[in-house]
Amino acid sequence: MDKYVCDICGYVYDPEAGDPDNGVSPGTAFADLPADWVCPVCGASKDDFSKED
Amino acid sequence: MNAVEIAKGVYSVGVIDWNIRDFHGYSVENGSTYNAFLIVDEKVVLIDTVKKGFEDQLLANIAQVIDPKKIDIMISNHTEMDHSGSLPRIMHAIGEDKPLYCSKMGQKNLSEHFKQPWKYHAVENGETLDIGSRSLTFLETRMLHWPDSMFTYCKEDKILFSSDAFGQHYAGFELFDDVVGHTIMSHAKKYFANILMLYTAKILKVLEQVRESGLEIDMICPDHGIIWRKEPEKIIAAYDKWSRQAGEKKAIVVYDTMWHSTQKMAEAIASGIAAEGVFAKPVHIRSSHRSDIMTEVLDAKAVVVGSPTLNNNIFPTVSDVLTYMKGLKPKNKIGAAFGSYGWSGESVKLIRAELEAMKFDMMASDLRVQYVPDDAGLESCVAFGREIGRAVNKALE
Ligand SMILES: [Fe+2]
Ligand SMILES: [Fe+2]
Ligand SMILES: [Zn+2]
Repeated sequence: MDKYVCDICGYVYDPEAGDPDNGVSPGTAFADLPADWVCPVCGASKDDFSKED
Repeated sequence: MNAVEIAKGVYSVGVIDWNIRDFHGYSVENGSTYNAFLIVDEKVVLIDTVKKGFEDQLLANIAQVIDPKKIDIMISNHTEMDHSGSLPRIMHAIGEDKPLYCSKMGQKNLSEHFKQPWKYHAVENGETLDIGSRSLTFLETRMLHWPDSMFTYCKEDKILFSSDAFGQHYAGFELFDDVVGHTIMSHAKKYFANILMLYTAKILKVLEQVRESGLEIDMICPDHGIIWRKEPEKIIAAYDKWSRQAGEKKAIVVYDTMWHSTQKMAEAIASGIAAEGVFAKPVHIRSSHRSDIMTEVLDAKAVVVGSPTLNNNIFPTVSDVLTYMKGLKPKNKIGAAFGSYGWSGESVKLIRAELEAMKFDMMASDLRVQYVPDDAGLESCVAFGREIGRAVNKALE
């Protein structure tokens, strides 16, 4: 599963780790994150993320 | 500095740091200020504190207006230590049981900085606090320039307390834009280039939201430097322009040199650029500060970087500037690399790779000269400069 980087602050969403602090369990693909999920560091929305290369 | 009433019942109580010259690696040639604001209403509110070491001055300024114990609410717009360093002392002075208003990220970050059992009140974006004849609205501005950053807006006085945004590192008794005059813009520009350039996409969004919300702003009170009261729209327009990073008809040639060969190249390249009608400036790195170089980068359309090859590598001061520049993420630049070398000449291709990583639109070729550029070598530099100048003109057509 691909990692995604926040274009605003540099936070990396790692599907293996998920975002448990915000109710996202480990193993959740970026695409499966709820539409209203935001970057836990800076609050950017999903469309501010790009796939890590 | 004394307490100054900037609007009825609203006081500037911050301090001047005349002697600071290095602000976390940013050169501050004539000091800075850490601003804090006191609002005396049915409830008494303090917005932000100052750097550690200036607590006594802050408390003395507050005491000119009111007994610090009478402060009911502490608001922290930003966690960074230049604004929070005095919080422990101030909370102690006003009373540890007083509510401390900040953003959600502010609560997280202040807790990590200070480990104090303060009575945090983490605000929602847009939340309003009634303090008597006035109301304060909190606007989250995450990553402008930390995750915790927020603005506090007073609707009745039309004052925006903007934290670091719209600030300038400028020390002086001149408290307002109309008093200090237009020279302040160069400080505001340097501040933007070094603190905010990497968040320009975010800034454009925030400015758009401010426009759409119809927020009326008569005064902008940042946490550093002067207050914008005569023409707040002027600094907002400047932020809009700087954030777009369209680039002006300008190129900077940033270089370092060991035996003046790369210097000769830089100056010849700059003359070639200027010959195409583009403003050009060679900037020798060890004669400038990286933070001043970034101010030049902000509005340059082309950034040309030169380095001699030292021990098969880029000259270290050039790497310093490249690392700093990369972090600030300049956009829409034309890039070019050059340098003199002795036998191996790796620096130029290493610079190219760095500039490519910054997504600069690179000139098709680089320019290397072995040892000292002779007349033919210098002519090739002028020709290289002309090519860059033409590329700038074409890009801005
Ligand atoms: Fe800051
Ligand atoms: Fe600051
Ligand atoms: Zn983020």
